[in-house]
Amino acid sequence: MSPSVTLAGLVLLTVLLGLVWRSRQGAVRDPGPTAGAVDWLARLRESGVEPGPRGTFVQLSAAVCAPCRATARVLAAAADAAPGVVHTELDVEAHPGLVRAARVLRTPTVVMIDGDGTEVARSSGAMTPAQAQAALAALGAGATQDPTGGRTA
Amino acid sequence: MTQTTQDTHGRPAGIDARGPRFGAGVTAVLLAVVVLLGASTAALALLTLVAVSFLLGTLAGPHRTWQGWVFRRFVRPRVGPPVELEDPRPPRFAQGVGLVVTGVGVVLGSVGVIGAVPWAAGIAFVAAALNATLGLCLGCEMYLLLRRLRPASAGR
Repeated sequence: MSPSVTLAGLVLLTVLLGLVWRSRQGAVRDPGPTAGAVDWLARLRESGVEPGPRGTFVQLSAAVCAPCRATARVLAAAADAAPGVVHTELDVEAHPGLVRAARVLRTPTVVMIDGDGTEVARSSGAMTPAQAQAALAALGAGATQDPTGGRTA
Repeated sequence: MTQTTQDTHGRPAGIDARGPRFGAGVTAVLLAVVVLLGASTAALALLTLVAVSFLLGTLAGPHRTWQGWVFRRFVRPRVGPPVELEDPRPPRFAQGVGLVVTGVGVVLGSVGVIGAVPWAAGIAFVAAALNATLGLCLGCEMYLLLRRLRPASAGR
């Protein structure tokens, strides 16, 4: 293969990877198979964080993660505007057990838990305000399906 | 409301985030030239230059490389002061990843496996180009995966 063909292939690969990566950034998805493997309320209280009565954005961040700070601002603003919802940022260095149990592979990873500590949605990568709202919507949907979820009123 | 339990204290002084991205663009161009030069001594020489730049960025910080100097001297005066400063640790981690990838290419090329030079340059090119164009953060994607590879004792 001539070098110029190789380079053209690399550029094409870069564009494809970039498109896939960008489309997945911050996308809100359903909780994975590990939902239920983590007692989020106990974990949060251990870390000195009082979970929100309606829900909590649990953001796992790292020092080597550039978009974590912007995501923290977006989520803090979304939590401020949603009564009963709080945002908390946990450092992966300080919570290796939690990172393993929740199978967190990238930062930022945001786990949306409801008032009962159940994971209702998850997102990895920098989040936009619209994606934060999508995560909050998962909270509402989960609560209406759950007959005991009267705490969301 | 945000409750932070860790980390926000003791952050190093911020740098202009556009600097490392500009540097990644310059590096991507150089790596593309390495690929074009193919398996040759000229390619090995240029890849060595890129690897030394990554070494500098890993040891001293991404803003203290020659690409950082070019950005401050020629680019920043034209684009104005930064709106926001960013933590230098994420781009520094990325410089370390670049050092490992290009370093492997340089070492293999030096011991006669010259075919490894364009390969190493190609892998580093994809990462540098994604960083420059989309702001891909290698620390975000790789840090936890690399931690998992470490023995359990090191990761507590």
